[in-house]
Amino acid sequence: MKILVPVKRVIDYNAKPRIKPDGSAVDLANVKMSINPFDEISVEEAVRLKEKGAASEVVVVSVGPAKSAETLRTALAMGADRAIHIQTDEAVEPLGVAKILKSIADDEQPALVILGKQAIDDDSNQTGQMLAALMGRPQGTFASVVNVDGEHVLVTREIDGGLETLRLALPAIITADLRLNEPRYASLPNIMKAKSKPLATKTPADLGVDVTPRLATLKVAEPPMRSAGIKVADVDALVAKLKDMGVA
Amino acid sequence: MTSLVWVEHDNKSVKDATLSAVTAAAQLGDVVALVAGQCCGEAARAAARIAGVTRVLLADDAAYGHGLAENIAPLVVGLMGDFDAFIAPATTAGKNIAPRVAALLDVMQVSEILSIEGPKTFTRPIYAGNVIATVESRDARLVATVRTTAFAKAAATGGSAAVDSVTGHGDAGLSSFVGAEIAKSERPELTSAKVVVSGGRALKDAAGFEAIIMPLADKLGAGVGASRAAVDAGYVPNDYQVGQTGKIVAPEVYIAVGISGAIQHLAGMKDSKTIIAINKDEDAPIFQIADIGLVADLFEAVPELTAKL
Repeated sequence: MKILVPVKRVIDYNAKPRIKPDGSAVDLANVKMSINPFDEISVEEAVRLKEKGAASEVVVVSVGPAKSAETLRTALAMGADRAIHIQTDEAVEPLGVAKILKSIADDEQPALVILGKQAIDDDSNQTGQMLAALMGRPQGTFASVVNVDGEHVLVTREIDGGLETLRLALPAIITADLRLNEPRYASLPNIMKAKSKPLATKTPADLGVDVTPRLATLKVAEPPMRSAGIKVADVDALVAKLKDMGVA
Repeated sequence: MTSLVWVEHDNKSVKDATLSAVTAAAQLGDVVALVAGQCCGEAARAAARIAGVTRVLLADDAAYGHGLAENIAPLVVGLMGDFDAFIAPATTAGKNIAPRVAALLDVMQVSEILSIEGPKTFTRPIYAGNVIATVESRDARLVATVRTTAFAKAAATGGSAAVDSVTGHGDAGLSSFVGAEIAKSERPELTSAKVVVSGGRALKDAAGFEAIIMPLADKLGAGVGASRAAVDAGYVPNDYQVGQTGKIVAPEVYIAVGISGAIQHLAGMKDSKTIIAINKDEDAPIFQIADIGLVADLFEAVPELTAKL
């Protein structure tokens, strides 16, 4: 079976976002960018399924500017077989991405699509669910364990209060949570090999998908700053503070 | 404008997160609550008592028993002819269902709204809460999830809405529930606790977490949280995790023990009223946002604190 893994190029998780002086957007010029951490987990899971013999091919796809090709090369170096880059300089919302992915899935017919549970830039947590809806297929969101079982996949999900396990009919859409696996580092030989793996480039228009934004960002701002606090000398002083607050 | 609010429940009572979603929806107009499940009539009657709810729709069917998105989303979409908005709390259940509903309606969801600035204008956190975006929806209908710590809870009693039964398409036949492991806890629920005590990697192991954090939490009647590092190291189950990808809390008092304060953790707790940090590294980033800081070895300071309270 074939696995499709969408990956997103985002601000590195260690970088602190800066807001443009006019408050219109976050300034991404000269900021370190990386593969979205949750997508790294998705790629890892797909590659592991291939190594176990449960999958025959892993196809990675990214929607974004020219530099998203670097993100795809990262995924190829981790073990994906080929890549599809849907190139656009516009910011595409989850609904638009889901429509693009639906079009690719119609073409590629993957048995599994594994996405990250959310991207750390827009923090939407929507694309996987939207893709599942558009494809009319089941979804296993926030997955921490994935087991393919014939024509089904068993997915253990992280939910408020604990874990639950669902059985989904294939094809299915899964979104990876943090604890699904520990992604591997790409070795230098694999990074070199990834350079010769196939990478196809298309545009949203080639797929006939309208990605006009539905949400307008009117402005972005820093969250309210917390005022600087005090340090207490010892435990007794802390106890006194807690008693003042009526907590103890 | 009339909103359909997704009610999260345990068949008998309504979870607190829903009460915050009702408050948000009430700012937009009339509120109708949707209770879907199996044998959940009692939850529907509880929803009918929430102040501000004008009507309750009850979909009681085996297909809705485990909240499977494949079955619930078509039910919601079938009802949306009468509503301008679908609002869900941004819990794992809400986040699972709402985007599926949005895509079926061909609208973009507005995730985790913090405030309502106009009928179509909202603020929401992005970049792990380091940036607040003001967004305007251009869709005909609204689908949104609500950051529950950003809205006061609607009163659970005082309302007297009528409960009407509705039916959907039943089981889509795509998915089934196999089982669940729900962590049992006598302590207050993390997201609604007034005081939260959280531990980090510095606790060293599960025994350290149990010996240091739990007695302090019990003394204060507090909920217990953890950083991602503590969860990944296996000190506590993952549903304790506070942060960008875990739970978002905003208690009266948040006590961070042995937590350095990575931005992903701060995203989950920086709206707490008072933040107290105990850490032996005086340069830890947590001290930049803590109201009260104590630079000390937690293995000495916390047992002493617990004893003196």
